[in-house]
Amino acid sequence: MAKNIKVLVNGIIKDNPVFVLLLGMCPTLATTSSAINGMSMGLATMFVLVCSNVVISLLKNLIPDLVRIPAFIVVIATFVTIVEMVMNAYLPALADSLGIFIPLIVVNCIVLGRAEAFAAKNNVLSSLFDGIGIGLGFTFALTALGITREFFGSGKIFSVSFFPEDFGVTLFVLAPGAFIALGYLVAVFNKLQRK
Amino acid sequence: MEYIGIIIVAIFVNNVVLAQFLGICPFLGVSKKVDTAIGMGAAVTFVLSIATIVTFLLQKGLLEPFGLQYLQTITFILVIASLVQMVEIIIKKVSPPLYQALGVFLPLITTNCVILGVAILVIQKDFTLLSSVVYAVATAAGYALALIIFSTIREQLALTKVPKAMQGVPIALITAGILAMAFMGFSGIDQVF
Amino acid sequence: MAKLSSSYKNMLLSLLFICLLAAGLLAKMNDMTKAPIADAKALKLEEAIKDVVPEFDNNPVAESYKVATDAGDSLLVYPAKKGDEIVGFAVNSYSDNGFSGNIQVMVGFDTENSVVNYAVLSHAETPGLGSQMVDWFKPQVQEYSLIEKLFGFQVEKVEAKSSIIGKSPKTTQFKVAKDGGDIDAISASTITSRAFLEAVNKAYAAYTQSENYTSTGATIAVDNDTTEIKKN
Repeated sequence: MAKNIKVLVNGIIKDNPVFVLLLGMCPTLATTSSAINGMSMGLATMFVLVCSNVVISLLKNLIPDLVRIPAFIVVIATFVTIVEMVMNAYLPALADSLGIFIPLIVVNCIVLGRAEAFAAKNNVLSSLFDGIGIGLGFTFALTALGITREFFGSGKIFSVSFFPEDFGVTLFVLAPGAFIALGYLVAVFNKLQRK
Repeated sequence: MEYIGIIIVAIFVNNVVLAQFLGICPFLGVSKKVDTAIGMGAAVTFVLSIATIVTFLLQKGLLEPFGLQYLQTITFILVIASLVQMVEIIIKKVSPPLYQALGVFLPLITTNCVILGVAILVIQKDFTLLSSVVYAVATAAGYALALIIFSTIREQLALTKVPKAMQGVPIALITAGILAMAFMGFSGIDQVF
Repeated sequence: MAKLSSSYKNMLLSLLFICLLAAGLLAKMNDMTKAPIADAKALKLEEAIKDVVPEFDNNPVAESYKVATDAGDSLLVYPAKKGDEIVGFAVNSYSDNGFSGNIQVMVGFDTENSVVNYAVLSHAETPGLGSQMVDWFKPQVQEYSLIEKLFGFQVEKVEAKSSIIGKSPKTTQFKVAKDGGDIDAISASTITSRAFLEAVNKAYAAYTQSENYTSTGATIAVDNDTTEIKKN
C-alpha cells in the first residue's frame, strides 16, 4: 500500500505530467481560458486515464506484444467516446466549451504513455493508483494554469470577481497568454523542484 | 474565392499551432533545428492530406449511412495509425531518398493531434471533399510555417543567456507566445477577400 | 497466465476480441445516452426561447414555423402566446460572417417591434474577445469585485451604447457605430459585432413578415419548400 501511495504522490508532484514531463501540451494550452474549463478537462482526462490503465493491466496477458499499441488505442478511444457521450448528455454546456479537445484525449501522449510504460507492466491496483496520481497531477496543472489565466485576464477565479474586469489583461485569455503563462509556470516549478 | 478565404484563414488567422493549439508536442520537440523543422513540416503535410481524404470518405461512405457516428473517434484514430504505418512502408520501398528525409518523423505523427483534429474538424464544419482537402493542405502549410519560423528563432535562442529556471521549454513557450501575438496581427485579413 | 505469443492467430484473435468488446460497449452506451442527448438539446432550445420572450403558456416549439428571408433561405420562428393572445416571437437567426464562421442566435421580439432579449445558441468566436457578445449587447450589470467591496470604492464604468434590449430596429440603426449605426461594437471584435447585428436584423426581417401574417388573421402555415436552416 505504501508503494501505491508513493506512486500516487509521484504523479502529482515529482512526475507531474505537464510541469515536469511536458506531455499533453495541446489540451493544457487550449482548454485553460478559465479555471473551470481547465479543471473539467483535467477530470475528463483523468477518467479516461484511470479506466484505460485498469483495463489494460487486466488485459495485458491477452494482448500479444506486436499488436499492443493498436489494442491500447482501441481501449483508450472507447473510453474517450464514452466520456464524450456522457458529457453531451448531461453537461452539454461544458461539452460545447471543450469542443474538439474531448475526442483529442485519444492522442494525448499522457494516456498512451502511461498505458505503455506502466499499466502494461504492473498489476491492476498499482495501475489504478498510477492513473489517479497522474490524472490528479494533470488536473492540478490545468487548474493552476486556468486560475492564472482567468485571474490576470479577467480578474476572476472560478467566476468569483477579485478586481474589476476592465483592469484585466485580455491577452492572458487569448492564445498568446496561454503560452506565456504556461512558460512562467513551468519555470516556477523548475525553480521549486531544484531547491 | 471561397478557397482563398479558407487558405488564408487556415495559415494566418487561425494558425493551427498558434491559435488552435494543435500539435504542440512536436512543435516544441522538433523545432530546435531548422532542418528537422522542415522535414517534420513536409511529413505532416503529406500525411495530413492523405488522412483527411481517407477519413472523410470513410465518414460519408461508411459511418453516416449506417448511423455509426459514435464510432468516429475510434475509427479515425485506427485509420490514421495504420495509414502512417502504410505510408512509411510504401515510401521505404518506392523512394529511399524521401524515406531518408521523412522516415524518422513518420512514427511521431500518429500521436500528433493535428491529424486527428483536422479530420474531425472538417466533418464538424460540414466541408465538401474539395474544401476539406484545401483546408487540410492549408492547415499543414500553416503548421510548417509556424514550425520553421519558430525553429529559426530557437537557433538564435540557444546562443543567448537565459536564467537557469527559464532555460529550455519555459523560454521556448514564452517565445511561442510572442510569435502567437505577432500572428494575431493577421486577424481580419480574410475579410479583404 | 502466461503472455500470449505474437503468432498471427493470437494477434488476430486478440485484436478481434478487443474490437468487438469496444464496439459492443459503445453501441450500448450510444443507446443509453441517445435520449438524454436529445433531451438536453431540446431543453437548451426551450430555455433560450423562455429567456428571450415575455412570459407565455403555449408550446412555441410545437407551433414553430418557417419564414423565408430575402437572402433565399428561411428562419424558424417560435410564437409565444398567453392564452390565445400573441405576446412575442422568438426567431432563430444566424450569420456566417463571424470571425470563426457560423453564429446562431435566438432573438426575441415583443408585439411592438422591440427586442425583448437575445441568447447566443452557438458560436466559435475567440474566447475573451468575440465571445463577449453573449452579454455585450445587453444592459451592463454593475458587478462589484472583491477589492471594490473590501476597500469600499467603485470603478465607474463607461456607459457604452451597446445594448439592443428594449430597442426597436425601426427607430434604432442596428449597425456598429463604425458603419454609421447606433450600436457600439465589442472592442477589438468588430467582425463579430457586425455578424451578430446582421443576425439580429435578419431575425427582425423574419419577425415583421410573420407579424403581418398574424395581424391579418390568416392561419399560420408551415412552409416546407424553403431551404433548411444551416447547421441547426
